[in-house]
Amino acid sequence: MSTITGRAASTRRPFNFGRWFRTTGWRHVVGVIVVIFSLFPIVFVVSSSLNPNGTLTGSNALFSKIGLDSYIRIISDPQVPFTTWFANTLIIAGITAVCTVFLGALAAYSFSRMRFTGRRMGLITIVVVQMFPQLLAVVAIFLLMSAIGDLFPAIGLNTHVGLIMVYLGGALGVNTYLMYGFFNTIPASIDEAAKIDGAGHARIFFTIILRLVAPILAVVALLSFISSVNEFVIASVLLVDTEQQTLAVGLTKLVSNPRYADWSAFSAGAVMAALPVMALFLFLQKYIVGGLTAGSVK
Amino acid sequence: MSTITDDEVATEPERKPTKRQREAARIADAASGGIKVILGKILLLAIVDALALYAIFVLFLNDQWLVLGLVAVVTGIVNWIYFSRRKLPAKYLTPGVIFLVVFQVFVLLYTGYIAFTNYGTGHNGTKEQAVSALMSAALERVPDSPTYGVTVVEQPGTGTLGLLVTDPEGDVQVGMNDAPLAPVNGADMEGGKAVAADGWTSLSFQQVLGRTDEITSLAVPYSDDPNDGAIRTPDGTSGYLYVSTLEYDEAAATITDVATGTVYSDIGTGAFTSEDGEELMPGWQITVGADNFVRAVTDERLGGPLLYVTLWTFAFALISVATTFFLGLFLAIVFNDMRMRGRKIYRVLMILPYAIPSFLSALVWAGMMNESFGFINEVLLGGASVPWLTDPTLAKVSVLIVNLWLGFPYMFLVCTGALQSIPDELQEAATVDGAKPWAVFRLIKLPLLLVTVAPLLIASFAFNFNNFNVIYMLTDGGPRDTDAPIPVGFTDILISMVYKVAFTGQTRDYGLASAYSIIIFIVVAVISIIAFRKTKALEELN
Repeated sequence: MSTITGRAASTRRPFNFGRWFRTTGWRHVVGVIVVIFSLFPIVFVVSSSLNPNGTLTGSNALFSKIGLDSYIRIISDPQVPFTTWFANTLIIAGITAVCTVFLGALAAYSFSRMRFTGRRMGLITIVVVQMFPQLLAVVAIFLLMSAIGDLFPAIGLNTHVGLIMVYLGGALGVNTYLMYGFFNTIPASIDEAAKIDGAGHARIFFTIILRLVAPILAVVALLSFISSVNEFVIASVLLVDTEQQTLAVGLTKLVSNPRYADWSAFSAGAVMAALPVMALFLFLQKYIVGGLTAGSVK
Repeated sequence: MSTITDDEVATEPERKPTKRQREAARIADAASGGIKVILGKILLLAIVDALALYAIFVLFLNDQWLVLGLVAVVTGIVNWIYFSRRKLPAKYLTPGVIFLVVFQVFVLLYTGYIAFTNYGTGHNGTKEQAVSALMSAALERVPDSPTYGVTVVEQPGTGTLGLLVTDPEGDVQVGMNDAPLAPVNGADMEGGKAVAADGWTSLSFQQVLGRTDEITSLAVPYSDDPNDGAIRTPDGTSGYLYVSTLEYDEAAATITDVATGTVYSDIGTGAFTSEDGEELMPGWQITVGADNFVRAVTDERLGGPLLYVTLWTFAFALISVATTFFLGLFLAIVFNDMRMRGRKIYRVLMILPYAIPSFLSALVWAGMMNESFGFINEVLLGGASVPWLTDPTLAKVSVLIVNLWLGFPYMFLVCTGALQSIPDELQEAATVDGAKPWAVFRLIKLPLLLVTVAPLLIASFAFNFNNFNVIYMLTDGGPRDTDAPIPVGFTDILISMVYKVAFTGQTRDYGLASAYSIIIFIVVAVISIIAFRKTKALEELN
């Protein structure tokens, strides 16, 4: 629509570069500069990942060599359990995202649809408690998990279940608040109609409400997934064995000294690690934009 | 629209339902939930109860009565909630609240408790553990010790090593690290030395060679009294008596160094301390009151770093929010022009930094900013050696640049959304009234925009205040401040300082780290309360 009017305007009058530049041309200049700024680290890492055997210095000549050797190297290196890290990350972040959405949606539903004593207090408490980020309590979490591990090794220190449980401590919080706002926009008359038709609260929640709020569920799931993939502090403290670690912990240790590290192999790992997150992000992009602004734009 | 529904929901249940209404609701509820739902509920509760029973059993075996009681009570409450016909909100809130209470509220309180202890390296056990560790660490060979004939034996089943000892008089005894020497009857003798005993497997010469490290670290107590010393063997064939150079007097709670005569006494600081202040390590864990807080603030060598780290944390968070917001806003305005072509492509390319996990981007930037090998110095600046990450000031600038790169796409998205929600009529009306574009923006659009994005700016500030990843992955807090007694650097923010005090370096000081955590929490809480008051964000909750 917009492009059509633009074209119509330009065909009517002879093309005038000066006027074009003053209205939209300079915007392209800004756009190109920003795109270069955004892309150049990405181009750099893709280029060095394709460099068959590059160090950091060797990676500076962009796209001088092309080959998939470094990808094979990082996947098959027995010292670097990259595929295990990858699987650990996807499992931990995936389960955390699903559970966070579920727990958060349950809470948001009750806050949005039911009226009970302590409801307002509960909402405020959830927002306020979250001001204390979990990573500040990392010492206490470490000591708690090692105490649990002494009695129940399956869910204590150095286990994925333990880490996921710690992450789920943050399931109620900003996410619930975001979902609560969205739930409120679904008219309550829908619930009532279903109630008259004989549906119980559980059926209303699972079969009607959850479908209607799918966009915000997708946003919260993605945000939770990305934050678990990114989480370093708690994962590095709780996951002791190399085999148990996540990408954030493993890859960081791998290039703790970029000068001597196998930079190409790291780059290959980084590209592979970024791809699923990026794909999800671009796929859900329009929901995310809506979700981010949902909290602010009333 | 949304407020209307809110009001509808809000006003309706104010009236208490009558008895008949409640009855009707119960019947409807029962009729709606099929047999499958009920079975599913019972199955889930059965699993929860089975796990709880198992936990109670394990806790019972370990004498953890307090935790056992808590697990039992919580399980009871959970059953009550889900079998009850009412308690509807609780059914939806319980699962999340349990995790919230354990992993947010409890750890917060526990952090507060640790902040008042000396927990950390050298202070992580009980006093008894400290005494036995001290005594066995100070073992020294008795100068005129007779030579004991020794055979290394293994306890079948456990694989634990022990020593079969023949003393100069020919008496045979056997013992292990945690079992003092005890007499043995009917041992096989060979050349005046016992070589095998019932219930033990003797190690062959080859096996002795293979387990040298284990054997030389054996210290079999001579008797029940730790002051009597222990038998150790340097080669697996002959042993000597070793006596601790320390002497423990339980009644007086003192440890005396036999060699020097120094008396170390328990003066309530969690370690045996001599009169001139020398401490024996390891010590044990005690409550130290507000010492950690006092130390963090008043100790000159700690107070200095705390001050500049706090200032930098505020500067970092504020500048990060400001730069990302203004760049994002500028770009949102630039690309908010319908006449411009290819806006979608620009947008997708621009938000890519936001789509990549930030720990990866920060590591890549760290590589590119490397002083002697990085892309920026080598290629963009033609071989210059700008100390991007190693100069205190420049490292701060680098951190801000990288955080700008990471953060501007988010602000761009947010500002685009907010700008589009401002009606075009406002601009038209202002233009008709003769306002210039800049005035329209400054006086009309910006205030409207700020109203909507202010909560997000506060959230962004809070996020950057604790933005551990960027700092840790990019500079690791460095360059290191060599004057400080804790491993702190010039780009460290408070949260990365806590992590370093607690988990890196030679000495881990959990108590001090927790005290820092509490200080940060108070700072963040105060800022948030002020910010929420100003923006009235919480008051809008209904």
